[in-house]
Amino acid sequence: MNLAPPAPGTPVIEVDGLTAGYGDRILFRDVSFRVLAGEVFVILGGSGCGKSTLLKLLIGLLRPHSGSIRVLGHDIVSGDEKGMRAVRSRIGVLFQAGGLLNSMTVGENVALPLAEHTHLSPAAIGELVRMKLALVDLSHAPGLLPSEISGGMKKRAGLARALALDPHLLFLDEPSAGLDPVTSIELDLLIRSLNEGTGSTMVLVTHELDSIFRIAHRVIFLDREARGIIAEGDPRELRDRSADPRVSDFLNRRAPSRNG
Amino acid sequence: MFRHHPQEKEYGISSEGSAGEGAVVRLSGRLTLRSLEPFGHESSALLDALGPSSVTLDLSGMSSIDSAGALALLRLKAMAGERGIPLAISGDGGQAGRLLALVGERTGRASEPPQLAEASGFFEELGEKTVSLLREVGDELTFQGELLKATARSCLAPRAVRWADVLFYMRRAGVDGFPIVSLISFLLGLIITFMSSLQLRQFGANLYVADLVAISIVRELGPIMTAILVAGRSGSAFAAEIGTMQVNEEVDALVTMGFDPMTFLSVPKLLAMLAVTPILTVFADLHGILGGLVVGVAGLDLTARAYLAETHAALTAPAILASLVKAEVFAVLIATVGCQRGFRVRGGADAVGAAATSAVVTSIFLIIIADSAFALVQQYLGI
Repeated sequence: MNLAPPAPGTPVIEVDGLTAGYGDRILFRDVSFRVLAGEVFVILGGSGCGKSTLLKLLIGLLRPHSGSIRVLGHDIVSGDEKGMRAVRSRIGVLFQAGGLLNSMTVGENVALPLAEHTHLSPAAIGELVRMKLALVDLSHAPGLLPSEISGGMKKRAGLARALALDPHLLFLDEPSAGLDPVTSIELDLLIRSLNEGTGSTMVLVTHELDSIFRIAHRVIFLDREARGIIAEGDPRELRDRSADPRVSDFLNRRAPSRNG
Repeated sequence: MFRHHPQEKEYGISSEGSAGEGAVVRLSGRLTLRSLEPFGHESSALLDALGPSSVTLDLSGMSSIDSAGALALLRLKAMAGERGIPLAISGDGGQAGRLLALVGERTGRASEPPQLAEASGFFEELGEKTVSLLREVGDELTFQGELLKATARSCLAPRAVRWADVLFYMRRAGVDGFPIVSLISFLLGLIITFMSSLQLRQFGANLYVADLVAISIVRELGPIMTAILVAGRSGSAFAAEIGTMQVNEEVDALVTMGFDPMTFLSVPKLLAMLAVTPILTVFADLHGILGGLVVGVAGLDLTARAYLAETHAALTAPAILASLVKAEVFAVLIATVGCQRGFRVRGGADAVGAAATSAVVTSIFLIIIADSAFALVQQYLGI
């Protein structure tokens, strides 16, 4: 938040020769890719291929066996904790179930990063919290506890919290999983308009095809058998032109007319 | 790369026009979270200084804004509106304009936040607390009744009981709890003997220390210390375990699969408690007497034989039986309170912690109450 946003088109995430897994179980071997500033980037693949693991590696919650990961120019594998803190203040993460702290109200959850990382007055923080909650259509909920709201609302509240510091890089783990179609479309539209409005980069893990075709600029396709990336590019192009049956099968599983 | 400096200003603001005329305010640079407050002060001062009839806000020079920047611009617009100055925004074709439109549309759509309920008065609060306390007592009694009913039913159809679970909890509460219960009782016996011997020695009544220790340990301290330790170890564990299952929807899953959660989860715990609490109490009694014996032999010049003979004479079968009955009653209290607090959990992790705490505090409270009742009854019956 304190640094200028990366110029559009420059790499914000650089992954090189990444090998990771749990103990002896290797999920992917020697994976390399770039995420460019300003794009909506989707990590795609069937269940168990390591999508969520890759996301956890990118936000520094897991450490790889080998390889390097640079996020916003900082090496998060071998870099120092100070740099990691600077990175953390510039990224936002929406966890699968929202990741809200249950002992705090929705409003307090959203205010938490603002109170921690800025010197704003409580009044200004309150105003920002109201604005963030309005962005995700939760204006009525600041005083409610996470246990008092639905799963979809938790996700939106989690998004409001992830957006609190206007991150340059936003990670979203399965944002539309488990939501009703209308809420899911609304969330997609919100992600797209935030991407266009703030210019921040979005990295999503999802296997909701409708959602991918609606918002993704670029996808990488992970495969469990191949233990790596088997395709990379524009999702619509991959759907129509990919010669790899694993990719085209996956992307065409639903009738194209439903992608609207 | 941009070098961050807290005082460094990241936006520029310039104006044309004078009082009573239409003014143009040009913005440049970036407007972000850290400019929210300085920009608010500067723009309001500028409006006051200019006193224009209308304002055009030109954003074409802005490189970028974030959502806090958008909020700052909306605030400026609202401020101008309050002073009756129409404010138009131009040059909003870029990123700033897009974000401003998004934030403006969303915050405009938002309804006013709900007002907090007024703080209630003393009497209302007292009434609410009383009603909720009564309801809690009612819930507890209902639960106790249901659990005892389910246990009775299980005893009639022993195949329905999950005996593997019963053995598991017997090991958890009984075998694993044995060392601490023994140690505490032994030390308690030691302390009582030591304290009372100081007084009794003055009258040459050393031998009666054995009576005193035997009666106080077997009648009161053995059962009650055991129950308190079991409540702290196992009652809290029951509440936390069932509470976590409740949070993870495991209890709901059991119901939908056709299991009665009471029979499935609570009955094995209650049966295990009924089995091990009296045994632990007997061991607590024995270790307490052993503690007394050690001080008696080492410090009071009594022989072990005389001490044990005196202990034997002091204890009656009804007193020992009453001690075991007490242990069973405490076992029921600990198991039911623990399970009931667990089933009552709603919400998340903090509710589980609160349930475990409440299970311990409530069981200890009820144990003391029950013990007082026993003391009265024993007094009248002359046991």
